[in-house]
Amino acid sequence: MLSIIKNRMEQGCKTSKYPKEPIELYHRFRGLPSINKECKAEIIQQCVDICPQDAIDPEAKTIDLGRCTFCGHCEIISDGAFVCFSHNFDLGTANREDLVTSGSLPTLAKHSKKHFKKLFGRSLQLRQVSAGGCNSCETDTNVLNTPFFDLSRFGIDFVASPRHADGILVTGPISRNMKQALMDTYNAIPSPKVVIASGCCSISGGPFFGSEQIIGDLSSLLPIDLYIPGCPPHPLTTLHALLKFFK
Amino acid sequence: MYNLLKIENGIAISREAIPQVSYEQFFTTLSEFVNNDGFIVQFFAYKDGINHKLIAVVRNTDLYLISTQVGTSFQSLTGNSSEKFHMFEREIAEQFGLKPDGHPWLKMVRYHENYSGVKDVFGNDYNKPIPGNYPYFSVEGDAIHEVAVGPVHAGIIEPGHFRFQCAGEEVLHLEIQLGYQHRGIEMMLPKLPHKRFTSICEAIAGDTTIGHTLCMCQAVEALAGLSVAPGPRIVRTIALELERICNHIGDLGALSGDVAFNPPAAYFGRLRGEFLNLLQVLSGNRFGKGLVRPGGITYVMGKEQCTLIRDKLAETTPELEHVCALLFDAHTVQARFEHTGTVDHQMATDLGLVGFAGRACNIPYDARVTFPTEYYEGLPANRNLITNGDVNSRAMVRREEIMHSLELINLLLDMHESQRYTATPLHTQDHNLSPDSFVVTINEGWRGEVSHCILTDGDGHVQRYKIKDPSFHNWTGLAMSLRNQEISDFPLCNKSFNLSYCGFDL
Repeated sequence: MLSIIKNRMEQGCKTSKYPKEPIELYHRFRGLPSINKECKAEIIQQCVDICPQDAIDPEAKTIDLGRCTFCGHCEIISDGAFVCFSHNFDLGTANREDLVTSGSLPTLAKHSKKHFKKLFGRSLQLRQVSAGGCNSCETDTNVLNTPFFDLSRFGIDFVASPRHADGILVTGPISRNMKQALMDTYNAIPSPKVVIASGCCSISGGPFFGSEQIIGDLSSLLPIDLYIPGCPPHPLTTLHALLKFFK
Repeated sequence: MYNLLKIENGIAISREAIPQVSYEQFFTTLSEFVNNDGFIVQFFAYKDGINHKLIAVVRNTDLYLISTQVGTSFQSLTGNSSEKFHMFEREIAEQFGLKPDGHPWLKMVRYHENYSGVKDVFGNDYNKPIPGNYPYFSVEGDAIHEVAVGPVHAGIIEPGHFRFQCAGEEVLHLEIQLGYQHRGIEMMLPKLPHKRFTSICEAIAGDTTIGHTLCMCQAVEALAGLSVAPGPRIVRTIALELERICNHIGDLGALSGDVAFNPPAAYFGRLRGEFLNLLQVLSGNRFGKGLVRPGGITYVMGKEQCTLIRDKLAETTPELEHVCALLFDAHTVQARFEHTGTVDHQMATDLGLVGFAGRACNIPYDARVTFPTEYYEGLPANRNLITNGDVNSRAMVRREEIMHSLELINLLLDMHESQRYTATPLHTQDHNLSPDSFVVTINEGWRGEVSHCILTDGDGHVQRYKIKDPSFHNWTGLAMSLRNQEISDFPLCNKSFNLSYCGFDL
């Protein structure tokens, strides 16, 4: 007992003040990119050539955050001349098209569905399904339950049974072998229900795009309400998206 | 033994040098080797023209290579020689439709059509959803019941199916059926430009991002003749150790949660975040994604990052010691950890367990010592004191490894500061790989031995890419640890191993 108290004193209170107070991530973190539209075509082409995800459109001068893994190589090769990643982790969107961006995203709160706020604003129970996820999206979703983020204080919880859930949060590129289980889980959730696609894998197949063994795009199976990009999304990206969309 | 070619970790050799023997010789040589303290690193098939060939990479204190040609079937080594071949032969059967005759447990591994388009060994119709034609082992009797769990589990974890045969609370047998995470990585890699290799390898198993990416990069470096400067090597070594610490801390937290001891569960959970954030300091990503690339690293570690890491280690080390003491000194925890989920030394050796799970069974193999890469040569090795093969041993090995890794990182930071190098960030590019070559790379990821093999064709294209996650060896260990345990101890046993679903499923 004494050692528990001693440890408790040493640990102190670590829960983040976010969202009441802003939080600054280390400057190497790569969040919302800004794009220089004036950039020379040849530099843009360099970025296109290096991008492992084919996420850059040189004509429209946009980057698709639904495909991007935020590896930052386009920034390195162009020395920030075309793409420059900011520390802004507010990346969630309500529409797939909004993720194809030239540097700004619509304010999520304005785009969220009003009836969702009414239905789930005070209590949101989610069932998570990993469908081919590599365990980094899963880990950084799990992290939301640690004392620093303490997701439960917002009335949001991950539950074991789909019967208890208000929605589903899907990670991974939807391996063919998980399709059935994913659909069964979705169908077991009572309506009205929400669908959240977390991580570039569930949005576009992520690094595995083109593989015959994956479905690659959750929207071909289910109607998606909320997109959370990243590889994996930073826990704060997920937290921000959930709070803005449902609160 | 004379048939085996001694090779080095991460050194490419010409395909001509690979010893080709008859299957009979292949069988005898491998049998003899594996039954005399030898272990399998890689054992896989590939297509060579119209023929199929098998390659085995085996190790004792050195690495050896041997190859043979087979027809549509071959005599099973699993059934006639050693269990160590069990999963590898099933994989060969699934990937190329080559049947190991006399395999006692021939079931599919990941549930997909074979690469050669030949008749399926398992008689599956792959238009039907998994599990297909999968005969679960069953125990019969009036008092026997079966428990099926998964693929979707209760928590936020990856999918897999567990089938328990129980008499009351007691588990007589656990069968683990995986494949739900299969993304077809080995099949797709040879067809892709090199620039996509890294992002894919970083996602083979996201918790082993550094381990797998290092293996891939070392393989490409060996084939493309790239050399890596000491500075980047130190950073890669630090990243691999940070990854080890993150995962071990996370699992100790989960183990405390599983025995309902909440304070350390919360503290470990938070402390793990501190170390994930250190990877973010290095690379901008909490899993180290984007850091390791063929030829070096993309984000240079400067004074600022060094100081941040050093300060954070100084701050968290005493906290970690105290929280570990809180967990391991509690007699209620000891009562749950000790003698639970025991895999004895003989069983572990027969199965060929690797990594911390192996070390907890007194198999001291650590690839950082036996086949050192990056900056491991000359660094002090770790020794584990409690090696009974139970949950307690696996937890204790992790505790010792956390402390050891913290020391290593401090040492590496000292070395980094004494290095005078001006590194520039690296650009990813396609490299010319040497044609008709073969390379195998091994690194000690946090779960154990991670290994990649690349075989190139005459034009220097990747012909076969083979990946092995340590989970490929160790899942059977988890199944065995459940024998005669109470089913309620499953979460504890499972977390003590914490194996990768996607690393296995590829």
